[in-house]
Amino acid sequence: MSEKVLAVLAEFKDPADLLHAAEKVKDQGFKKFDCHSPFPIHGMDDAMGEKRSPLGYVVGVVAVISVIGMFAFQGWTSAIDYPLVLSGKPLFSYQAYGVASWAVMVLLSAIVTVIGMMVLIGLPRFHHPLFYSENFSKKVNDDGFFVSIEADDPQFEAEKTKKFLESIGGKNIELVVPNEED
Amino acid sequence: MNIDSSTYTFTQKGTTGRNALIVGVIFLIVSAAGYFMNSAEFFQSYLIAYIFWLTFALGGLFYTLVNNLFGSEWNIVMRRLNEAAMYSFPLLAILFIPILFGMHDLYHWTHHEVVAEDPVLSAKAGYLNITFFIIRAVIYFSIWFLLSRILYKMSLKQDKEPHDDIILNMRRFSAPGMILFALSMTFASFDWLMSLDPHWFSTIYGLYIFAGSFLAILSFIVLVSINLRDKGILTSEITVEHYHDLGKLLFAFLIFWGYMGFSQYFLIWYANIPEETVYYLERWEHGWNVITMLLVVGHFTLPFLLLLIRASKRRLSLMKSIAIWIILMHAFDIFWLVKPNFSEGLTFSWMEATLILGIGGLFVWNFWNNITSHPVLPVGERRLKASLNFKNN
Repeated sequence: MSEKVLAVLAEFKDPADLLHAAEKVKDQGFKKFDCHSPFPIHGMDDAMGEKRSPLGYVVGVVAVISVIGMFAFQGWTSAIDYPLVLSGKPLFSYQAYGVASWAVMVLLSAIVTVIGMMVLIGLPRFHHPLFYSENFSKKVNDDGFFVSIEADDPQFEAEKTKKFLESIGGKNIELVVPNEED
Repeated sequence: MNIDSSTYTFTQKGTTGRNALIVGVIFLIVSAAGYFMNSAEFFQSYLIAYIFWLTFALGGLFYTLVNNLFGSEWNIVMRRLNEAAMYSFPLLAILFIPILFGMHDLYHWTHHEVVAEDPVLSAKAGYLNITFFIIRAVIYFSIWFLLSRILYKMSLKQDKEPHDDIILNMRRFSAPGMILFALSMTFASFDWLMSLDPHWFSTIYGLYIFAGSFLAILSFIVLVSINLRDKGILTSEITVEHYHDLGKLLFAFLIFWGYMGFSQYFLIWYANIPEETVYYLERWEHGWNVITMLLVVGHFTLPFLLLLIRASKRRLSLMKSIAIWIILMHAFDIFWLVKPNFSEGLTFSWMEATLILGIGGLFVWNFWNNITSHPVLPVGERRLKASLNFKNN
């Protein structure tokens, strides 16, 4: 048996337990860990010490560029590229550009939000190593509350980490290894 | 001023209410002198100042109705503040009386000889006549007074005998109340503001006034909460999380205000029909474009960009400045709606300032009386604990 350990997995009794466990794992200095629960838990972000997503700034930049771009594009088409008098209004009738500029800003921001979110959370992917654990696969969408610490965390040492999770109240602790079939 | 920390009732009322009353009375007396100097200018300024403060009460009424309907928890800690602002219709009804005396100076459809020569005004005379105008005003104030009184009493009853039925009753009452509010608010703004130019019409007008009203009450609640915090009241109850959510609502309704204003402008600009465009022409020429652009930049763009940033909604000193700024812009908004009907060029009157302070003094006095007479938190509310512990995620 020289299989590579991918992560350590521990199960906790209920959402409150999971919340406290997350705090302790964070305080221990682990960086690459995650909590799994069938439903969102209030205060989990704080407990895990999650930073705010940088997505807002990315979308902000896209929004500014697209609103200015669309405004300029409309001005260019109607005043420079193909000058055409419409309902007796001046060629550069900026009043009319607001609506489309706004709409394009919303559209591009929404698209960038979705794509950016996918990139940041690592989707799409077809499989996650944690699902090698049978216990995890069965319970995580039903009534299981898990903490996982990944092997590429700088502090990770399989046996020590296992003991640590035990000391903070984790049950059914297992080392996640690839299945035999793979 | 002191507060009992377990029941949240005031043991001493403090001097704020009395000071506000003194300021109000002094400025009203000063303004009354202006009436004898130039009565037309007095009534114009009075209408601006009156509508300005009326919108706070109407915004408070809407906020109470909408809170009851949606049953959200975060704003329960601030419920007494907007209820206290809402419950000022008896005072505002009395303060409406001078407008009735100034009708001939304000509304030129009240002059029979003008109406007789004008086919448009003759056709509208069935709606725009003095008797019906007064009847409608009585109806509006009855609706607002009854809605605010019943909702306030229900909320206060909850303090003494907490019962879940009250939450349900408040909600049941608020649904038809919301319909009555929307109709009365729209028609009141048609009557009191839009009919200043009886030839001109815009169906979105009522919503525009409503958008400004809600901004006014939200800014008012921010200011009052911070003021109470400075006095050591509700310091741990109204937290950064609550200000953050107030900031979000402010942000949303700034966009709504801009949306209403732009929709009205855009349709009129696009159709380019003289009987409609005159409204914007009056507000663009002879220096009025300064105020128009001030509203576009100051009432929308600047606070929009500031409130877009999460950190600024969570910094109380900045929220306070934004609230003061929006209230100031709201005053300019009302000024911009009323004044161009009377004055071709951009002019200010000293009475606009003194009357806003005068009526404002009475409004704040009434508000402070309401706040200090009852527990400052709805202590019998079942969801109060959830509201106190509220957190943004």
